[in-house]
Amino acid sequence: MPKPLVKPGAVIDGYTIGECVHAGGMATLWTVTHVGIDAPLLMKIPRASEGEDPAAIVSFEMEMMILPRLTGPHVPHCYGTGDFAHQAYAVIERISGTTLYKRLPDLPLPYDEVRLLVAKIATALADLHRQNVIHHDIKPSSIMFRDNGEAVLIDFGLSHHDHLPDLLQAEFRLPYGTAPYMAPERILGVRDDPRSDLFSLGVLLYFFTTGERPFGEGETLRAIRRRLWRDPYPPRALRSDYPPWLQEVVLRCLEIEPDWRYPTAAQLAFDLTHPDQVKLTARAERMKRDPLSVAWRRRFNPDVKPSGARSDLATQIAMSPIVTVALDTAEGAPELNESLRVTTERILATLPSARLACVNVLKLNRIAVDKTLDEQGSNKHIDRLVALRHWATPLKLDENRLSVHVLEAVDPATALLEFAEMNSVDHLIIGARQNSFRRTWLGSVSAKVAAEATCTVTVVRPPRMAAAKPDAGVVWG
Amino acid sequence: MLLAVFSDIHGNRQAFEACLKAARAKGAERFVMLGDFVGYGADPEWVVDTAMELVTQGAVAVRGNHDQAVNSSSETMNNEAQIAIEWTRGRLDVAQRRFLAELPMLVEDGDRLFVHSEASQPQRWHYIRSTADAAKSLISTPAHVTFCGHIHRPALYSMSVTAKMTGLVPKTDVSVPLLRGRQWLAVLGAVGQPRDGDPSAAFVLFDTVSCQVTYCRAPYDVATAANRIRENGLPHWLADRLSEGR
Repeated sequence: MPKPLVKPGAVIDGYTIGECVHAGGMATLWTVTHVGIDAPLLMKIPRASEGEDPAAIVSFEMEMMILPRLTGPHVPHCYGTGDFAHQAYAVIERISGTTLYKRLPDLPLPYDEVRLLVAKIATALADLHRQNVIHHDIKPSSIMFRDNGEAVLIDFGLSHHDHLPDLLQAEFRLPYGTAPYMAPERILGVRDDPRSDLFSLGVLLYFFTTGERPFGEGETLRAIRRRLWRDPYPPRALRSDYPPWLQEVVLRCLEIEPDWRYPTAAQLAFDLTHPDQVKLTARAERMKRDPLSVAWRRRFNPDVKPSGARSDLATQIAMSPIVTVALDTAEGAPELNESLRVTTERILATLPSARLACVNVLKLNRIAVDKTLDEQGSNKHIDRLVALRHWATPLKLDENRLSVHVLEAVDPATALLEFAEMNSVDHLIIGARQNSFRRTWLGSVSAKVAAEATCTVTVVRPPRMAAAKPDAGVVWG
Repeated sequence: MLLAVFSDIHGNRQAFEACLKAARAKGAERFVMLGDFVGYGADPEWVVDTAMELVTQGAVAVRGNHDQAVNSSSETMNNEAQIAIEWTRGRLDVAQRRFLAELPMLVEDGDRLFVHSEASQPQRWHYIRSTADAAKSLISTPAHVTFCGHIHRPALYSMSVTAKMTGLVPKTDVSVPLLRGRQWLAVLGAVGQPRDGDPSAAFVLFDTVSCQVTYCRAPYDVATAANRIRENGLPHWLADRLSEGR
């Protein structure tokens, strides 16, 4: 069958070709229009003729399998694909604006700007990982932003889908991707660990805040191999004003062993959204690279090589949820707070990489002006934070798994729902007030939260009194 | 058109009924049976009658090694399979035995190929255990998709134009597009005696227009199927393994 020529004015499966807007090494991008589709469209056509890089064909095959099954705001919507039997193409939504690559001349960017940018990318990655896809080519030119600020990931040609054949795994003996951003385990052929994307995002975070790439620009295999044992210069060695919390986050992303990185993109986004809650470790203090003796031990000790994922993507993410417990430390009954702690402890016991956010709502008056100081003159907000930490102490959680938050709001239920949404909370634990006058009068916060939350909600009640039945009223939503 | 493909029914009425019901509920319009209608299970007559009925309605059926063993004593089998096949032989009438004897070894249907074991030497009943086995089968046929069973464990292989292989243990209920430009080997799990650790009956749906394959599972009344095996004096292991799916 003769292949139709791709040129302006030509029509392929109802799509009228406009102009060529990009001609890259693997594919060309054309604007197209289609009767009945109002959105701006792009047609991506692989360079797949005789003599071209076979990678272009295989990566396009991957993209054709993955793109149509992705959903949500963090990926371009896919309108259709055509296969190699006729004319291979994918028609996707055209995202306005440019990729993050255009910002490279402005580096380094202000810390807080990068923090917000990378938090948005991490949120997008969390959404992608939830759809069983590892991107494997996170770098500035694969990232765009919608007008509302949401990050969009593009280019899935090197991606891995946990439920689809991994065509790239078989095709290439050497890892395929963008060397400066590539995670060390990729060199060992590991393609099923989502934390590889967190490493790449760590490279981007380092680069955007320091202006330097942590592992240089080297494209040789030797340069890539080096990161299996050699750690980068701590950012604080390059910029004396580098915030310790930011160095903590960057170096955690860049850990050689995936287990030492953030367990999920959602947890990274959480830390970037709450920098004051980042637990500082020795990473934050580091001013030099590891001594050569440590690096050499890594280099010649095969045991420290990253081993890759041990379970499928969905299981890995499910093992590392963000759990939130909503507490009323000021007026909540002690027995209810105790029941909440027991339930929280049980949930966390099965999930060693979960993190816990303890939340309290400081209720504001609708009309009267609120005083931040109470009668004794102490700061209510700080008192509540102290109380939350005190409540969590018996859980004996590692500090980097725990955070405390006081939300100031008129409506506690709405504040909790917003917190859960903003922070990609997976599981919300909340107490139900029993037979209280306030509950009858104000309506139940827990009922509203359980009804309207998009995550799992556990409603906890205190143990029944001696006369009542022994089972506690734990409801799983 | 949506095809439902079944393999290795092995005389398990409860499992086959559950699969047919599930496939019809999902809109299957045409049925394909990849052989081993009998052996192991206690309802070979019902299974063969049902298969004959489906074939008269346009279903495709190919021969498996157990179907061949009913009419030939030269097939070598393990002890339990041998006991089961001898028992089966006594249960089937002439018409049922002739149906099994006359089944084709393979059927080509457009750019699809249906075969019990694999395509390179179907009469040798080789198992597809690895990508190397899959490559041998794929090289021997121009078909875009080959469907086979025999090993009782689901797998999906593909071969690129440069003969690079990929293998995948398919996830239940996730549709996989079988891209043009490469060849595919869809190995089915068993309807009547699953051996991948999941006791539910396995089958496959294939959309001939979108070229999407979906591996499906149908839970069925394992206890009744196992009891039927015990009641009929067949080896107990054949009953026990059903609940373990191995």
